[in-house]
Amino acid sequence: MSQSYNRGLVEDFGRWKEFQAGMWAWIFHKFTGWILVGYLFTHIAVLSTAIQGPESYTTTLQSLESIFVVRILEIGLLSTAVFHILNGTRLLLVDLGIGLGSQDKSFYASLVLTGAIVVASVPTFLAGLGGGV
Amino acid sequence: MSTQIPEQEAEAESSAEAEADASAESPQEKRMAKKAESASYRDAQKKAQEEIEAAERAVQLKVFRYDPEVEGKQEPRFDEFHVPFTKGMTVLDALMYARDHYDPSLTFRHSCRQAVCGSDAMFVNGQQRLCCKTQMSELEWPVRVEPLPHQDVVKDLVVDMQHFYDQMHSVEPYFQGDENAPSGEEQKQTRENREKIKMSTRCIWCGACMSSCNIAAGDNEYLGPAAINKAYRFYMDEREDQEELEEHRLRILEQEHGVWRCQTQFSCTEVCPKDIPLTEHIQELKREAVKNNLKFW
Ligand code: HEM
Ligand code: SF4
Ligand code: FES
Repeated sequence: MSQSYNRGLVEDFGRWKEFQAGMWAWIFHKFTGWILVGYLFTHIAVLSTAIQGPESYTTTLQSLESIFVVRILEIGLLSTAVFHILNGTRLLLVDLGIGLGSQDKSFYASLVLTGAIVVASVPTFLAGLGGGV
Repeated sequence: MSTQIPEQEAEAESSAEAEADASAESPQEKRMAKKAESASYRDAQKKAQEEIEAAERAVQLKVFRYDPEVEGKQEPRFDEFHVPFTKGMTVLDALMYARDHYDPSLTFRHSCRQAVCGSDAMFVNGQQRLCCKTQMSELEWPVRVEPLPHQDVVKDLVVDMQHFYDQMHSVEPYFQGDENAPSGEEQKQTRENREKIKMSTRCIWCGACMSSCNIAAGDNEYLGPAAINKAYRFYMDEREDQEELEEHRLRILEQEHGVWRCQTQFSCTEVCPKDIPLTEHIQELKREAVKNNLKFW
């Protein structure tokens, strides 16, 4: 029986530069999925501190929305959700055996479409910052 | 496909023989044999130097070295070899050149040199590739060669394939046609059915797919793409038409570490040197398993 050399963590994590489309899609999908779950809990936690009455709800939301970082995070949330939905649709097609030959192209399409939607949403998300409407 | 210098190989072989016989010889003969061997390698190295100078370009190989049985090689390292580039040179050709001219202890498996035997899948420039089917000109230089990831390294570029073979055997990779068919007679297959399983029959058991699979790396019991593809080849074969056998094959496939582990990362399909649509076959078997369990019709 020969001995073996364990190439260790390098084997599992150091190879990320060498991933191909399908692998990136998988990693992004897990990542975005869990971010969405995380957001869901934060969302419930924050809102449940603001349900003493209409005023407290309004002030909580207004103060949150006046923070620049929150606006940025919202854009991040949108991109996360859009990518997860688009790539989720891609995965559903893969499960149905449709278009397996272009799985890499559909991943790139999800990325590009996500980018386009997010860029288009920036004006909306940043509107009224700094005391405007 | 491969262009090797035959004399060089004969030389390497005879020196290996000389070494093997050495124990039976007198000390003087031993010394002579050793001298002859080192002399022959000195000549080979000199020849390599001349060939590099004569060649238009030389390619640098960075090769993973490790040998648990040799002191000084127990700590894995990369060795560099300069090899004169010739048109049509494959990674295997370059490795053989390095072994025959610089270091006879450089160890790797190869046999057919034409993508048939499946013995030389390695990790070349960050991807599982079949060395005899990979052109040096297609790669970025210097070329880095490592043993297949996620398998135990035995020595240098040689990995332990036993686990891969075990997984292949666990799906019963052999035809179990009609037992009552008259013996000595062909069991014919329709053209359409042959077409359907055509790609799945091309597997050469190289293990590249299993090595590339992230799921197989984390779950040692996962059947892996090649074994599932093997099962596909027989499950889809219409000549295996006994209901019981079909059930039996599906049960192997839909066990906990079977088709459902696949997360459609497509890495196996990307690396397969025989271009087998592995993910497609796995997905089809998943649907077969669902259809078999949900009998609405
Ligand atoms: C229209 C919206 C959505 C679609 C089309 C969708 C689609 C999918 C699909 C197809 C998968 C399976 C991936 C695989 O095969 O491995 C998945 C995984 C996942 N989704 Fe979604 N999803 C959506 C919304 C959400 C939302 C709102 C959340 C969070 C609250 C979420 C969280 C997750 C998580 C955490 C996973 C990964 C599960 C795992 O680790 O395997 N998804 N999604
Ligand atoms: S399926 Fe392809 S990559 Fe996997 S063992 Fe067979 S030939 Fe090699
Ligand atoms: S040497 Fe046989 S497959 Fe490469």
